[in-house]
Amino acid sequence: MVPFAGWEMPVQYDGIKVEHIAVRTHAGIFDVSHMGQIEVEGPGSLAFLQRLVTNDVAKIQVGGAQYSLLLNEDAGVIDDLFVYRLGHDRYLVIANAGNHETDLAQFGLIARDFDVYVRDATDNYAMLAIQGPNARRIVEGTLHLELPPRMKVAARQVGRRPAIVCGTGYTGEDGVEILLDPEIVPAIWTELVDAGVVPCGLGARDTLRLEVCFHLHGNDLTLDTDPISAGLGWACDESTGYVGSDRVAALRAEGTDQRLAPFLIEGDGIPRQGNPVMLDDERVGEVSSGTFSPSLEQGIGMAYVRTDLAEPGTELEIDVRGKRRTARVSSKPLYKKAR
Amino acid sequence: MTLAEASYPEDLKYHPEHDWARIDGGEATLGVTWYAQDSLGEVVFFEGPEIGTELSQDQPYAEVESVKAVSDVVAPLSGEVIAVNETLADAPEAINADPYETGWLVKIRLSDPSEADSLMDSAAYAASLE
Repeated sequence: MVPFAGWEMPVQYDGIKVEHIAVRTHAGIFDVSHMGQIEVEGPGSLAFLQRLVTNDVAKIQVGGAQYSLLLNEDAGVIDDLFVYRLGHDRYLVIANAGNHETDLAQFGLIARDFDVYVRDATDNYAMLAIQGPNARRIVEGTLHLELPPRMKVAARQVGRRPAIVCGTGYTGEDGVEILLDPEIVPAIWTELVDAGVVPCGLGARDTLRLEVCFHLHGNDLTLDTDPISAGLGWACDESTGYVGSDRVAALRAEGTDQRLAPFLIEGDGIPRQGNPVMLDDERVGEVSSGTFSPSLEQGIGMAYVRTDLAEPGTELEIDVRGKRRTARVSSKPLYKKAR
Repeated sequence: MTLAEASYPEDLKYHPEHDWARIDGGEATLGVTWYAQDSLGEVVFFEGPEIGTELSQDQPYAEVESVKAVSDVVAPLSGEVIAVNETLADAPEAINADPYETGWLVKIRLSDPSEADSLMDSAAYAASLE
């Protein structure tokens, strides 16, 4: 167990590789109860969220979900999050544990101008993510649940208690995330594991997300990065007037000096966060996330590099603990599922 | 696959940085302990020294890398590298599965056999982990 943002978290159960492969080929379960849940309610909910987060919240139907960013006025990324629309004027935001206090402060600050009620619901919910090609089938059969489709959310009963089931995840596989009463988590966990779902820790969560180029806040997104450099312009709609939208509009129009580029290591070497990216003797970027890919069996990562070097196919070098390793910029995702 | 239970063979000498040495006359085989491989997790990469490299006691001479982290391997004894376990290039997981036999790292010709007196025996090493 390792301490993580005030939570005791398992990095691995049986090993990162086996857990990773289980999610890619079968089904794995993650306890992600550390994630922060914030409820937003009231007649001003939509207007509030349009101001608060980057995506066009008006596009979310009741029962829908959307990825979005929380920015400061300079377009620095405070957090990335999912917004779920539970009712006409009722939304649930799920964000990262490590940023929970700053997220709440930003929610509180912006909420002053709107007719809205914001409530920290983190202690009310535990959260299990069940992910993998067989995840839905096993959850449906074991918990006798009708599951919402991908990117949808639904209120359900789990263990005779109210639960919220989301067709979302952080692995690139199909699956669900379930918000449920913390008291029944041990029983539900055991039921699913007995049905063949493999317990997975934070280590596999990181290798899985990086293979499909999902950003990790703290690595690939920080207050010093912006949505355009990060390749998340698609999650920003400046017409909604969100905090930071003026700056994002300028960056979108002018272009950015750096761009987040996914890459594969050719040959040996495992890149790590902070490794310099080199072009001959010039430092042209830095690795924001790097690991060994259990699916591809090679080093992979994402790096902020000079924009002209971010095109797929570009060959770069990465200084891994003093050794130059050849890296090739790739398209997203790095791991492409066989169809 | 990993060895489920901790084991520290009695015929080896141990360094506090979680390395072992099997001393055979003027030569020694070196590797990492069960504890080291268990802490590191599944090893996916081993970067060894070249044959002929001079190792110095207590100094790093190789890297083992798992999915989650990279770690230096420290030399328990000084000497010249006379063999490197080439099978680890394709099968670094042997360091997890069999850290004392097929997962050995290098063989050296000892430059100062008396250094062995500074190493721990199995019982002392196991006690140091508690």
